[in-house]
Amino acid sequence: MNALLVTLLAPVAGALALAVLRPLRWSGWVNTAVSALTFAASAALAWQVAEAGEVAGYSFRVDAFNVYLVVLTAFVGLTTSIFSRPYMRHVCETGMTTERGMRIYHAMYQAFMFTMLLALTTDNLGVLWVAVEGATLATVLLVSLYRTAEAVEAAWKYFVLCGVGIALALFGTVLTYFAAQQVVADPAAGLTWSILFAQAGDLEPSVMGLAFVFLLVGYGTKVGLVPMHQWLPDAHSEGPTPMSAVLSGLLLNVALYAVVRLKMLVDGSLAATASPHMAGQLLMGFGLVSFLVAGLFLHRQRDIKRMFSYSSIEHMGLMTFAFGLGGPLATFGALLHMLVHSLTKSAIFITVGHAAHIAGTQTIDKIRGLIRTQPAVGWSLLLGVAAIAGFPPFGVFTSEFLLLTATMQSQPWLTVALLSGLAIAFAGLFRHLHPMVYGPAPEGQGPVRANMLPVLIHLGLVLWLGLSIPAFLAGWLDRATQLITGAHLL
Amino acid sequence: MDHLVSASSAAALFQALLYLAAAPLLVGWIRKVKARLQNRRGPALLQPYRDLRKLLAKEVRVAHTASPLFSAAPYIVFVATWMAAATVPLVAVNLPTAAVADIIVLVGLLALARFFLALAGMDVGTAFGGMGASREMLVSSLAEPAMLMAVFTLAMTAHSTNLASVIDFQLSSDFALRPSFLFALGGLILVALAETGRIPVDNPATHLELTMIHEAMLLEYSGRHLALMEWAAQIKLVLYGALIANIFFPWGIAQSFAPAALGLGIAAIAAKLLLLGAALAVGESVLAKMRLFRAPAFLNLALLLALLGLLSHVILEVGA
Amino acid sequence: MSLTTLPLLQQFVLVLAALVLFTSFVLLSQARLVSAIHAFAWQGGLAAAVTTVVAAAGGSTHLYFSALLTFALKAVLIPWMLHRLIRRLELERYVESLRWPALANMAAVVLVIFSYWLVLPMVQQELAFTRNIVAISLAVVLIGLWMMVVRQQAVAQVLGFMSMENGLFLAAVSATAGMPLVVELGVAFDVLVAMVLFGVFFFQIRQSIDSLDVDRLNRLTETAEEEAAGAEFDATPRRSQPTAARPAAMAEGE
Repeated sequence: MNALLVTLLAPVAGALALAVLRPLRWSGWVNTAVSALTFAASAALAWQVAEAGEVAGYSFRVDAFNVYLVVLTAFVGLTTSIFSRPYMRHVCETGMTTERGMRIYHAMYQAFMFTMLLALTTDNLGVLWVAVEGATLATVLLVSLYRTAEAVEAAWKYFVLCGVGIALALFGTVLTYFAAQQVVADPAAGLTWSILFAQAGDLEPSVMGLAFVFLLVGYGTKVGLVPMHQWLPDAHSEGPTPMSAVLSGLLLNVALYAVVRLKMLVDGSLAATASPHMAGQLLMGFGLVSFLVAGLFLHRQRDIKRMFSYSSIEHMGLMTFAFGLGGPLATFGALLHMLVHSLTKSAIFITVGHAAHIAGTQTIDKIRGLIRTQPAVGWSLLLGVAAIAGFPPFGVFTSEFLLLTATMQSQPWLTVALLSGLAIAFAGLFRHLHPMVYGPAPEGQGPVRANMLPVLIHLGLVLWLGLSIPAFLAGWLDRATQLITGAHLL
Repeated sequence: MDHLVSASSAAALFQALLYLAAAPLLVGWIRKVKARLQNRRGPALLQPYRDLRKLLAKEVRVAHTASPLFSAAPYIVFVATWMAAATVPLVAVNLPTAAVADIIVLVGLLALARFFLALAGMDVGTAFGGMGASREMLVSSLAEPAMLMAVFTLAMTAHSTNLASVIDFQLSSDFALRPSFLFALGGLILVALAETGRIPVDNPATHLELTMIHEAMLLEYSGRHLALMEWAAQIKLVLYGALIANIFFPWGIAQSFAPAALGLGIAAIAAKLLLLGAALAVGESVLAKMRLFRAPAFLNLALLLALLGLLSHVILEVGA
Repeated sequence: MSLTTLPLLQQFVLVLAALVLFTSFVLLSQARLVSAIHAFAWQGGLAAAVTTVVAAAGGSTHLYFSALLTFALKAVLIPWMLHRLIRRLELERYVESLRWPALANMAAVVLVIFSYWLVLPMVQQELAFTRNIVAISLAVVLIGLWMMVVRQQAVAQVLGFMSMENGLFLAAVSATAGMPLVVELGVAFDVLVAMVLFGVFFFQIRQSIDSLDVDRLNRLTETAEEEAAGAEFDATPRRSQPTAARPAAMAEGE
């Protein structure tokens, strides 16, 4: 329990401190230190969970499913904060934001981490909603940090779309609570996920079915599912790069996590009705459409960050599809994919930040000859894209292979769609990537000071996961699979 | 049995005549209250009667371009309006006139009157007549659906389109707060304001060419033709007043033909109409007339209210 | 299950809920910003009144508290903040020209019917009373959403957003006698923070496009010139524009 408290309270304390901290030089360091503390506490929490099975109490509940996301969140938060310290100082020096903006940035960074961790660890569906909405509120000012017309527009779109989406999710939550009141005696416990899950079979199916539609549309907006994805490329491309890394790497995961938790409830409730797989089918539909549409849109992008945000939509679609497919194999693959996608995508965004920095623009057509200019950045980008596109030695290949196998087993025809989607996305990525990394560098383009350590760690981990999944991690994911589907894979 | 029938027929006749007799009085009352609100003494209460008598006695002048329709229209308008009024319970409920005609007939008779009024307005071929007619049709084409929708809300609650049955239902069922009635009342009031040509849609007290609707159509009339048209308009006002008063606040209306009950009925409806008239006068003193092109928005609001009444009846009250 | 069998207080709840729906329509078609804020305040007040009556009709006592919270937040604080904002933005006399107001209203009526149709499957007889209000509150939510679609003015969109929140609150109160207190406080906090942030954004938007007409925030949606042929979903970037147009966005470092 103590580890959990530290995990949650460290970002709160950090946010409060960073909001008032005066000498700006220290902010980056404090930010990193707080993130490191959070990561250490989350690791301790994971240890406790590994020993005890789950840590629960005070309407928090950490089990095998969410603890690995907690660790992942804290880890990506830490590496991104390492990257963001010099990056944001550079941003401030070039006058794109003010001192006040920097204070907002650092405070909101920690506030965002807090809402993410709260959403993951809480056992209360209402608090989950509050936390996910809080994540929007924390990040929306960061998207408009640069105050350009585009940034303000992106932030407004992000705010309004996610606000509306999340409002619909609240309606779904109210409906869930309504269904729960007919079953659970104590009204205060009516939103507690674990209690509801224990009695899921008694929940009124018609209410839960309706509730899930609203919840899926609501949290799905945050996942970036097509057609509610409109905010995502804008927010990613206009916000500061560290923000893009954590949005893609963490926020989307957390929203998907919420969807999966709720699907577990609805599946239990609908089990005895005529359409027991309604939730799964909805997820598969939304997921597949997002996957294919985003793959196609990859081709048309001219902004490098927009391109990778479409790649995020594509991968979230794939995971959503896999969770909808159900079954141990697909679920295991989806869990692994969440992990490797987060690591790879945040590494890519960090690299992209440096690349844009080198070229002085985010326009793909103007980023040229990265390997010649600064080999570390060029190679990182090349390897990162290779990893995200699913090249063999990397972990994304493993998880995608598992997903394809699972699809082949239960819905063979959809394998064709998945394979062609992967091919389209692959082509889209490499079509843009090739001229950016190879070829001669434009005149006057020189290397910049770049901290490639986070990228190396992330890509190294992804490579490791692709070569061999360590036993403890496999066991962990297997326990999570067992929680979600009720069956072990291994 | 026989004497019951005759009693009810007598009551129906009495009520129809009462409409004729009371109509100018209500207009006089409204004018009086309005004058008082404007710190004037105003004309006498009975002034509308004197106007009518004067007009009836005057010579009729008909434009030489007018067709026979022009001379026939006042009689048709007057009779249709009067017949429509006769179907609306004023003093007592169970009248033979109410039994043969329901709300749809009422709307139909009013539409007939309006149709001939508009035709007569265009008949002479003057600019104002045509303008008034087209405006009148604009207003009524928007007001009529709203009115039908509002009365259907009531009809759905009472399971009958017969006004007497609706009132009976109101009187016999327990008191209930009905959101649908609230909306229907709002919608019907707006429709009544538009249909009787009151502020804020039309101003009955002015002959300003650019804004008038009802008066523009009557511009070519004189003598007893004009008297009949004016009288019909006054009857229409009482009709709407009685409709609103007796459907939404039916208490006091006579359910038998005993003299005591009838007396109470007369007193009740008189009190209700006086109150409504005073409210109308206050409203007209407070509000300004809308520009004509805002009138559709006004009537859309009426339609919306009526629709909401219908919906809230279905959603909130039936609940099936 | 007919109306007359309900106790008078519950009938009163129905009337108030219907009035909340009516204020939604008023809000949707109110072109004057100040009047729209007043309509919103009325809606908040009515939602608080519903809560009070539900509490009096036998709900738990904590509903009185949430009624008070709602009244303070939705009927007083947020309208006051909006008033202050539009005074500072000099928008007191702003009148938005609505396109097809009658059509927008009719669409909203369709939304009411749609939400009724959605909750129809919840057919358990003993739940009928709540189901009705769930339909009304869902309609308020959807009309709020619709308002955000048809209005171009940022403040009006925020009003739509806030009236969605009112609908959600109404659903929570009438269907479940209020959410647990911690959730309700969390939601209220989020709404308040959202309102503050909206205020910040009004100034940022006006600074960047000199107006609060959100339709003019369209730099991120236009298609690239050479492939402009009709792909409305396309989000291909605007960076084809000369970067000089947006000096700060030369981004991430120069």
